Amino acid sequence: MSTVASPARPTSSGISGRTINRIVIYGLLALFAIFYLMPLFVMLVTSFKTMDEIQNGNMLALPQAPTFDPWWKAWGEACVGLTCAGIKGYFWNSIKMVVPAVLISTLLGALNGYVLTKWRFRGHTLVFAMMLFACFIPFQSVLLPMATILGSIGRFGVTLQNATGFNFGLGNSTVNLVFVHVVYGLGFTTLFFRNYYEAFPTELIKAAQVDGASFFQIFRRIMLPNSMPIFVVTVIYQFTNIWNDFLFASAYAGTGDVMPMTVALNNVVNTSTGVVEYNVNMAAAMIAALPTLLVYVVAGRYFVRGLMAGAVKG
Amino acid sequence: MAFLEIDGLKKRFGNVEILKGINVELEKGGFLVLVGPSGCGKSTLLNTIAGLENITEGEIRVDGRAINDLHPSKRDIAMVFQSYALYPNMTVAGNISFGMEMRGVPAEERQKAIDKVAKVLQIGHLLQRKPSQLSGGQRQRVAMGRALVRDPKLFLFDEPLSNLDAKLRVDMRIEIKRLHANTGTTIVYVTHDQIEAMTLATKIAVMRDGEVQQFGTPAEIYNNPTNIFVADFMGSPAMNLVPATIGGNGSGLSVVLQRDGREPISLPLAGATPGLSAFQGKPVIFGVRPEALTDPEGAERNASSIATADCHIEVIEPAGSDTFAVTNLGGKAVVARLRADAKIQPGTVTPLAFNLTKAVFFDPATEKRIL
Repeated sequence: MSTVASPARPTSSGISGRTINRIVIYGLLALFAIFYLMPLFVMLVTSFKTMDEIQNGNMLALPQAPTFDPWWKAWGEACVGLTCAGIKGYFWNSIKMVVPAVLISTLLGALNGYVLTKWRFRGHTLVFAMMLFACFIPFQSVLLPMATILGSIGRFGVTLQNATGFNFGLGNSTVNLVFVHVVYGLGFTTLFFRNYYEAFPTELIKAAQVDGASFFQIFRRIMLPNSMPIFVVTVIYQFTNIWNDFLFASAYAGTGDVMPMTVALNNVVNTSTGVVEYNVNMAAAMIAALPTLLVYVVAGRYFVRGLMAGAVKG
Repeated sequence: MAFLEIDGLKKRFGNVEILKGINVELEKGGFLVLVGPSGCGKSTLLNTIAGLENITEGEIRVDGRAINDLHPSKRDIAMVFQSYALYPNMTVAGNISFGMEMRGVPAEERQKAIDKVAKVLQIGHLLQRKPSQLSGGQRQRVAMGRALVRDPKLFLFDEPLSNLDAKLRVDMRIEIKRLHANTGTTIVYVTHDQIEAMTLATKIAVMRDGEVQQFGTPAEIYNNPTNIFVADFMGSPAMNLVPATIGGNGSGLSVVLQRDGREPISLPLAGATPGLSAFQGKPVIFGVRPEALTDPEGAERNASSIATADCHIEVIEPAGSDTFAVTNLGGKAVVARLRADAKIQPGTVTPLAFNLTKAVFFDPATEKRIL
């Protein structure tokens, strides 16, 4: 350790203390990176192995004869509970839930941020403080009240069904989950957008008002097009959170065909019949993780773009 | 009837009165400049005309119609902002035509209007660029184009030149003046730069602490300031304001200026304002602009009242076009403006000519002009 702590000083061997420092620092970083990436590596290699190879070989070894069979099996044949139709149905369940939930919560957050910074009203700080407070409520504590609310909404849906012949999606598990995620995502999305719009030049809003743009025209034509960086940040954050959510998913859509991916994955892994097919489980887990990875890869580059450059001043 | 009338306008934020009863009028085609130090309420006043801020009391009329309860877009105004406020996501053409688009003007008409404005402001080659790809001067032009294209009743400019460098500022100032002369539009213009105010305005309102200190033509403001604040604020270098006393003998009044270690200067006042006789033997503030204090050869020949006095020159500042000489009167540094080639040395005693027809006097207690 003394080598690390001592300041740069040439040693007799000709290698400076600085170089040694670098080696130690990067060595440690590499070590932690390997440690962190190890599970991913094991998952990935295991998902391409046959069961024989898994039972007889080394966990860390590369697959001898790489095969995509576990992936196909996980996608189309793996048993979730009693049905053995793979996880593909549940994958689409998750997509159908995540996409609307992310878009609605992000757009509402943007609208909230816009109002809280550019259309201030008496008590706007209190409203914002309460929304912030929502970010820090432990979700376990809202499970039961929310279940009651969802139950009421469901009963209202049945009434509507009887009266009009159409229930408008009320009572549907996917709709329920979208609702829950929008409500609990709103605190964070509002926080993100409010802080971004706080620095947004108010003169642009004034100019648009003089130009005759309405409240929503300003939002759509001026605010949103200039919110790309924060929009992407919020989408990534919301997508990852909602996609990975297990608590709400298992509480409100924990059985049958409506399960989201996370619950289904849990059920695949916990199946008690026959041999545990590690390769299929690993492939299923990888499939479950892919969308969030994809969102990062596709949208991550917008993080660094300064789209506001040149908006005002020189 | 004036084209723009602001009548008893008051604006309060809670208990704080930002604008304390503003009364201003502007004829059609006039150029009103609101000038004052920062925090005087000039930008707030402009925003209330634009409708971006509500007023507490009073009325704003344009062309005889009260507009103070209308939405900004219904007031038939256009505004150029200090930061230009160009929409960063739109091209220059998009920026210029956004207002027309919001008002539902058909695309062909918008295109015609864009082309016309682009020609006037010579920004035709920039139309497809984004604001981030423009220089400061170009952004300024686009911001003006956005205002011009709508052909509104009233143009509002909020310190439009303060983000430009010194040379560009002078160029754009001339351009705005030319634009005003060519189009005959009515303009209200906010600035803290008194030179901009003097050069552009047909009417100036000098403001301080939410009140109009003086409202008049640039010449009135410059030559006949109503109080010490206006006299001091307008003009560069600033007016010399020297503590003095009014003396008198049988033939007339005179102004007496004290000097360190030398006998006081006494300047006879021929044809002095009547109010001054009440101040005989009392202290006043004697105001004289640097150009009214010069070498005897350079003094205005047709001025009716010129008095010459020997002054001790402390510092010489050659500025190229003029030479400024600093002397000490009444305990204050006093600047005299001499010809560039005036032969004058610091540390010497030189006669200086006071053009007393241009001199003004203020009551030290009220800071108001003695008339």
